Amino acid sequence: MHRFVLAAKQAAASLGCRNPRSGGKNAALRCATSVAADGPSRGSRLPRPAREGTVRWSSAAKASPVKINEKASREKILTLESMNPLVKALEYAVRGPIVLKAGEIEKELRKGIKKPFTEVIKANIGDAHAMGQRPITFLRQVVALCTYPNLLDSPSFPEDAKKRARRILQGCGGNSLGSYTASPGINCIREDVASYIERRDGGVPADPDNIYLTTGASDGITTILKILVSGDGKSRTGVMIPIPQYPLYSAAISDLDAIQVNYYLDEENCWALDVNELRRSLKEAKAYCNPKVLCIINPGNPTGQVQNRKSTEDVIHFAWEEKLFLLADEVYQDNVYSEGCQFHSFKKILYEMGPEYYNNVELASFHSTSKGYMGECGYRGGYMEVLNLHPEIKGQLVKLLSVRLCPPVSGQAAMDVVVNPPIPGEESYSQFIKEKESVLNSLAKKAKLTEDMFNKIPGMHCNPLQGAMYAFPRIFIPSKAIEEAKVHKMAPDMFYCMKLLEETGICVVPGSGFGQREGSYHFRMTILPPAEKLKILLEKMKDFHIKFLEKYA
Amino acid sequence: MPSLRALLSRRLRALRAMAMGSGSMGSMGSMGSGSMGSKREPVLSPSSMNAAIRRVQYAVRGPIVTRALELEQELRQGVPKPFKEVIKANIGDAHAMGQKPITFLRQVSALCLFPPLLSDPSFPEDAKARARRLLAACAGQSVGSYSASPGLDVVRADVAQFLQRRDGIPADPNHIFLSSGASEAIVTMLKLLVWGSGRSRTGVLVPLPQYPLYSAALAELEAERLSYSLAEDRAWALDLPELRRALKEGRGHCCPRVLCVINPGNPTGQVQSRECIEEVIKFAYEERLFLMADEVYQDNIYGEGCEFHAFRKVLAQMGPPYSDTVELASFHSLSKGFMGECGFRGGFMEVRNLHPEVLQELSKLVSVRLCPPVPGQILMGALLNPPEPGEPSHQQYQEEKAAVLRALAERARLTEQLLNKIPGIRCNPVQGAMYAFPSIQLPPRACAAAQAAGQPPDLFFCLRLLEGTGICLVPGSGFGQREGTFHFRMTILPPTEKLQLLLEKLGNFYTNFVKEYS
Repeated sequence: MHRFVLAAKQAAASLGCRNPRSGGKNAALRCATSVAADGPSRGSRLPRPAREGTVRWSSAAKASPVKINEKASREKILTLESMNPLVKALEYAVRGPIVLKAGEIEKELRKGIKKPFTEVIKANIGDAHAMGQRPITFLRQVVALCTYPNLLDSPSFPEDAKKRARRILQGCGGNSLGSYTASPGINCIREDVASYIERRDGGVPADPDNIYLTTGASDGITTILKILVSGDGKSRTGVMIPIPQYPLYSAAISDLDAIQVNYYLDEENCWALDVNELRRSLKEAKAYCNPKVLCIINPGNPTGQVQNRKSTEDVIHFAWEEKLFLLADEVYQDNVYSEGCQFHSFKKILYEMGPEYYNNVELASFHSTSKGYMGECGYRGGYMEVLNLHPEIKGQLVKLLSVRLCPPVSGQAAMDVVVNPPIPGEESYSQFIKEKESVLNSLAKKAKLTEDMFNKIPGMHCNPLQGAMYAFPRIFIPSKAIEEAKVHKMAPDMFYCMKLLEETGICVVPGSGFGQREGSYHFRMTILPPAEKLKILLEKMKDFHIKFLEKYA
Repeated sequence: MPSLRALLSRRLRALRAMAMGSGSMGSMGSMGSGSMGSKREPVLSPSSMNAAIRRVQYAVRGPIVTRALELEQELRQGVPKPFKEVIKANIGDAHAMGQKPITFLRQVSALCLFPPLLSDPSFPEDAKARARRLLAACAGQSVGSYSASPGLDVVRADVAQFLQRRDGIPADPNHIFLSSGASEAIVTMLKLLVWGSGRSRTGVLVPLPQYPLYSAALAELEAERLSYSLAEDRAWALDLPELRRALKEGRGHCCPRVLCVINPGNPTGQVQSRECIEEVIKFAYEERLFLMADEVYQDNIYGEGCEFHAFRKVLAQMGPPYSDTVELASFHSLSKGFMGECGFRGGFMEVRNLHPEVLQELSKLVSVRLCPPVPGQILMGALLNPPEPGEPSHQQYQEEKAAVLRALAERARLTEQLLNKIPGIRCNPVQGAMYAFPSIQLPPRACAAAQAAGQPPDLFFCLRLLEGTGICLVPGSGFGQREGTFHFRMTILPPTEKLQLLLEKLGNFYTNFVKEYS
């Protein structure tokens, strides 16, 4: 694979390939990817960016050699050279080579192979239950009642849970969770989502017809992007995303052959979004594509910042002025920890800015059952709300959603509980609130703990974790280590994270998987392990980091 | 900007009032003018959107279904209609038609979703044993955690064992990918296969009539769809010369790389003979085509003398050079069979002879969507580990399963018989799957009226049928059919008595319709 990239690099160089977006030393590599994308590419689109200097996924194949049929058989129809080059170029670091390596190490541990640690701690992904967080009882009660309605007669289930389950079941064909629902989701759940948004946003109205239930937020995001991407060459749709970003965005953009337009968050300023940077990025992008979409992640993933009201207003004004379609990824809206920080939905601010804005700015906002205090990732529940969508586009959206038939119905039921929780006076209210607050308080404490500990480690700097579930500290990597990483054909932070994994069993994701300013290095770590474990983990990281600095000094 | 905030509460009140007045915020767009802010041309408009998406069509949930939902709404509001209920015979949605879930599957699911039930004595021990095993495989023992992207390891191993039991051919769990229904896996596989431009663009051979997931996915991926017609006069059998013709024609303008087979057929209900499968495999080998076998109706076989043969089994039994060369992806799902659990979005695919590097690429691609819904994986795990003889749930499980399959077989025959009694309608035997796809003759004047209404004639008929009787079918044009022929697809899922009534109503309506237009 690396030979392949290198060869492509030379090919790119000899073709004089220049990428208008990079200009950095990675230009050749970026071009290489697009040139290496063998076979004629469709249309006359510009070369697409690959993530800078990351180890490509396929290197994982090296880590775990697959038995290749030695026997002489003819060339496959589907090979690396004959497959869709857009898929080949796609990268998804959160489940990339480091996670594969972690899986291998776990297997070795089970086989009794000696390691300097006894377990792998997966701090790579925001998977709360995997880290021991307990499910919210009420949510599980409702979903179990829906799954096995005989339980509706069981005295051990509370009435408020039964009430919700009955309502959901009435919305299902044949009163069964096993029937398909309407493609945008069960109607009564869409209504509950609308009421939830109204309550959340202090009365700003929401229309159930604008709500679409989805298979996790990811499904909603890719669906909307799919509709938005069009054009060829210089008129190809550009999608503005933050750097660092959640790699779903770069993967979807790559898959759709859209143009990724980066705007950088300001690390010196707690990863704040700066409208001047948006302007710079947009202006540059206009030279080579048609930037139509602006994606915002708030609270930030992997960066954990919470956008203030002023910044949100500025962004909306900018989108209005520049005629950009806004995507607001708000899946961490319940995860706000820092004092003085508050979550403001884009929808709410948009309405408060007046009719010129709320009549015009096209907005899709996303939420999910996977994060917050519930952490129900496995259900793949989520929703999106759209505003100012052209009526015909709504038709197109419904059509597109209908091809995948419907979102998983138990996920829809879980989403319903999130937007329609027990209210004061109901039987389950106090337990629900207790469980919810216990999760959120513990997350807030861990956010603070992580920030404090990281900032005590020499050669590490961590911005406050205002929200979400991750720390994204900056790490100093000595030049000797960078050289050694180069020898291994790895990005320096990938090298760092691999070493960390091999020596401590701690699995974190290198910053290069999210994107970062050139020459800076980071990793993303979740704050989800239980507090005691987290403390030990942070201590281990500290020891590792100091040793690493010494070794490569 | 801060001055805007001062106006906030007044604006909100005004907005609220407007929303109440109009009853819907959906109409906000039309009101903007003057002081309320003028409406500009949107960023995302029909002319600026992804043109490939515009071309996507999906008839199973198309205009007929939209109208059916409206009619249901009107019935609820008390609007008088010549019928009391809308019967949705448009989609293979068993539970919506009153089929009861298999108790054991739901018990295992409920136990996994709410583990305190593991100490509830009213749940049988075999269900608890399955639930404990599946929970142990979930990170943190919770179905709320992400699974590995290809699915839970134990369920992939279960699938491998199931395939071995079914076919006597071993399967490698590493070559099994759980999915969000079969549809997702089919689209994922196609995504890997489609590339190139102009004459090197991937062409995909699909049957005609076909299940519109294929045409929709190919439109979205901008692949070339190459249709091979099934032989209606031979009970919709797959015809090799026709396959050759379609391939040859396709080679004239694109690069055919993939051959999709649906067996048992949807919407056509045929069950492919073993001999025919061998021919298809040889053809794929000779012509270097990647095979995709959609086998989601494998449990739904009714025709006498018909038997399901998995492509993977026949492929393996044919031996080299076929068995170690032909690249094959086969698909299965929770949505059909006797369980009919569509809402859980569970399914799997097995790949054979896939290039190891491509296997890595596939793993990467599925990782972007994180994981298939875990409740669907759990249900799959329960389905593949049914109660064994001697276990407490065994008898009930077998009875429930047999009852569903018996009823479906009975309805398949009933539907064929009753449809063939209607002059002008001809229905092939429903050998398998869940649908009848009869041909209907439509009078020239009806075709003219349809043309005037801008509709394909069979859509025109189906819409009229819906308005007149409440019966919701899908016109053949949504699946594709030979030029000049007309069909509709009807599920055989309504309970037998209702189905009988439906078929009578359908016959009467059709007879009157033909009279009206002749």
